[in-house]
Amino acid sequence: MKLAVENLNFSYTDKKIIRDLSFAVQDGEFISILGPSGCGKSTLLNVLAGILQPESGRILIDGRQTTGVTSQFAYMPQNDLLFPWKTILDNVCLYGEIHHCREAMREQARRQLARFGLAGCENKYPGELSGGMRQRAAFLRTTLCEAEIYLLDEPFGALDVITRSDMQDWLRELCSSMKKTILLVTHDTDEAIYLSDRILILGAPGEGIREEITVTEMNRTREWLYEQGALRARIHRIIKRKTKGNLQTNFCVK
Amino acid sequence: MNRKLRRSRRIGAGITGAAPALVIAALLLLWELIVQLAGIPLYVLPAPSDMLKTFVLEFPTLAYHAYVTVMEALVGMAISFVIGILIGVLIDAMPTFRKCIYPILVVTQTVPVIVLAPIFIIYMGFGYAPKILTVVLMCFFPIVVSFSDGLGEMDEGYLNLVRTYGGSRLQLYRIVKIPAAMISLLSGLKVAATYSISGAVVGEWIASQSGLGYYLIRAKNGYMLDKVFACVLMIILLSLLMNGLVKLFGYAVLPSAGRSGRRKQA
Repeated sequence: MKLAVENLNFSYTDKKIIRDLSFAVQDGEFISILGPSGCGKSTLLNVLAGILQPESGRILIDGRQTTGVTSQFAYMPQNDLLFPWKTILDNVCLYGEIHHCREAMREQARRQLARFGLAGCENKYPGELSGGMRQRAAFLRTTLCEAEIYLLDEPFGALDVITRSDMQDWLRELCSSMKKTILLVTHDTDEAIYLSDRILILGAPGEGIREEITVTEMNRTREWLYEQGALRARIHRIIKRKTKGNLQTNFCVK
Repeated sequence: MNRKLRRSRRIGAGITGAAPALVIAALLLLWELIVQLAGIPLYVLPAPSDMLKTFVLEFPTLAYHAYVTVMEALVGMAISFVIGILIGVLIDAMPTFRKCIYPILVVTQTVPVIVLAPIFIIYMGFGYAPKILTVVLMCFFPIVVSFSDGLGEMDEGYLNLVRTYGGSRLQLYRIVKIPAAMISLLSGLKVAATYSISGAVVGEWIASQSGLGYYLIRAKNGYMLDKVFACVLMIILLSLLMNGLVKLFGYAVLPSAGRSGRRKQA
């Protein structure tokens, strides 16, 4: 599904966080959103997910305007937010419980558990799993929403470096087979380069998109990622820059 | 080396676990010695051995009175639970209701129950009703406070997650808030369960024809202090039993707490 954001505005009391933000995401595209702390990355996802109401602007899915919570977005927050009193199977079937189709979803979830590295964990509680497994369970819960656009808010932010890189490999493989439209908010430059088709770099709060980088390399490996020093340095320079630079310029990387 | 360390840790944990029982045993022994060596008469202070002997001999009578007290306590607890849950949800859902009702709830706890019990008897007679009401008055407050606090302390992230999945307000309570408040509610229930036996006994002190409160007053009036202490022992055991029942209820409604806890220990 295509997503378009037009002239979006949002403020927390007197502080403007998002000002006249516009961008478009193509069907099946993986977009990463980078930027300094407090620039409004997570706020943008919250607005898209319908948790926060924008002051003005439009959110269009396949050309049709949407407001509030919509079933076309599946939101995965920063923490895994698995309910500690529910088993993994009950946790991943949260959407089914809310929409009264739990049994059908349980069957669907059981079939997916192995693919998400959770085979044999259906009757375990979140407290019995590792951080990486909990994140995979949270991602399975997101995919079972049957939405076409995933909003992922720093899903691997709380994991250690080794587990995070394993999870990135796993997500890359999974996403290539699912063909979903994904918006990923991250602080990790390498994660953005490794996973995305395009990287949107936000500026200071209210500044909007500083730069847009397209990553076209198809056969990405860890070795390829280590060689992207120039791109990494460029992204860091853009994020650290104090003033507004070339807006919406494309920097294509192969 | 590792085996030695594990063994010494196990012994250490065993000593820590047995510490309260050892302290109680030491105190009882000291009490027994003082009474025996100083020759203190039974009507002044019975020795623990006298108390235990009376407890065994009087057990059928104590059990009969305990049954009455436990029934009053259980009915009072059940009513407190229902009222506590309803008021707890209303307090969480409606801030105005919270502002109106919370000060009144606090005021109800400032008046000693022993003062109110005779008033209840004037209005409600000599039956079970005033005793049950005494239990309710002592038990519903910890239930309301713990439950409403539990509902209010829920991480907003969980609520937002359910909202983004299209969950209604009722589902927010059913799926997130009420289960999340269970740990807090169980803490309140444990306090209430311990109070419930005392509440029923206080109600029985004023006017009754059965129950441990009635037995206690009769024994005290006859200066049969061994029976008074045997009755106190029974009240302690029943309060622990009520506490244990709440723990069992906790394991039944929150199996995840036990399993996750075991893993953390491992």
